[in-house]
Amino acid sequence: MSFLNGITILLIYQLVGEITVLYLKLPVPGPVMGMVLLFVTLLVRKRTPESLDSASATLLSHLSLLFVPAGVGMMVHFERIGNEWLSISLAIILSTVVTLVLTALIMQGCQRLLIRAEKSND
Amino acid sequence: MTEPNLSSIWVYLSASPLLGLTITMVVYCLAYRLYVFANMNPLLNPVITTIAVLIVILILTGTSYEAYFEGGQFVHFLLGPATVALAVPLYQQFSKLKQLWLPVTIALISGVTIAALSSVFVARLLGASLQTQLSLAPKSVTAPVAMGISEKIGGLPSLTAVLVVTTGIVGALFGTKILALLGIQNDSVKGIAMGVTAHGIGTARAFQVSPEMGAFSGLAMALSAFATAVILPPLIELLQI
Repeated sequence: MSFLNGITILLIYQLVGEITVLYLKLPVPGPVMGMVLLFVTLLVRKRTPESLDSASATLLSHLSLLFVPAGVGMMVHFERIGNEWLSISLAIILSTVVTLVLTALIMQGCQRLLIRAEKSND
Repeated sequence: MTEPNLSSIWVYLSASPLLGLTITMVVYCLAYRLYVFANMNPLLNPVITTIAVLIVILILTGTSYEAYFEGGQFVHFLLGPATVALAVPLYQQFSKLKQLWLPVTIALISGVTIAALSSVFVARLLGASLQTQLSLAPKSVTAPVAMGISEKIGGLPSLTAVLVVTTGIVGALFGTKILALLGIQNDSVKGIAMGVTAHGIGTARAFQVSPEMGAFSGLAMALSAFATAVILPPLIELLQI
């Protein structure tokens, strides 16, 4: 029962998120809006109901399964991927490496600057 | 009265969603077992194995993607509630996030912009079509959000889904090694970089390294989904890509 309650809460927030996005013509997808609304609710209530905890843990622990049907969609794009495979794969590989490296270095740099700033304040 | 033969059973089943759904679950469960059996070797990431096996099966049986998706959509649909569910780990890590909010915010906004622009730039330089470039732009964001963004900016949502999964796999395969080469040991830094770059698939990998890296990766994935949804469409318009 608890899993059902949890998944129902998630569906309600997704639905409210979709409606909010449509109604206010926001640029974000409905589920993201649902996530934000749920996050704000949790901040206000200051606790997560156990049912929500278990439902979200279950869904998120099998997150990679949920990508499978979309990934199989690759077969529809075989022709495009065949024609543009070099630019697509290089774009993905280079961009992934660059993003990973720069994001890590920027975050590390900022953290070090903050620590240094705090020390000089003491 | 003729006995139902194998081919008529096949005709019946291939028209129902049951087959597509069941085969997705069966292949994934087997792929996951194989992955665990091989000590979680990233090359045997269950997403790659499952997608490859399913495509081979569909081609060999002459089944169209549309027919498969009749069943696959039930799994695919759960991406929506799963995105909403990200609010829970986000809330649970909120105290850590509050301490680190400034470096996290700066890293996120730069990471999200770099991820989108670098992929469009490389693809354009190598002569990819405009639609491919636009489909690549949201590739580092979790699938349901990336597909929504792709549709908004004029890409192909289904191609974006494939590119998102591929990006996640590349990040999960090489991410931890690259971060180790950079000499980065802090789990919060590693997690944020992984989540911004390789969304859910990277997050699944991060949880194997440590719970803290996983939590920060999940957090970065949720925040970057939101940040990209807000930043990317106006950015594309501004740059007239």
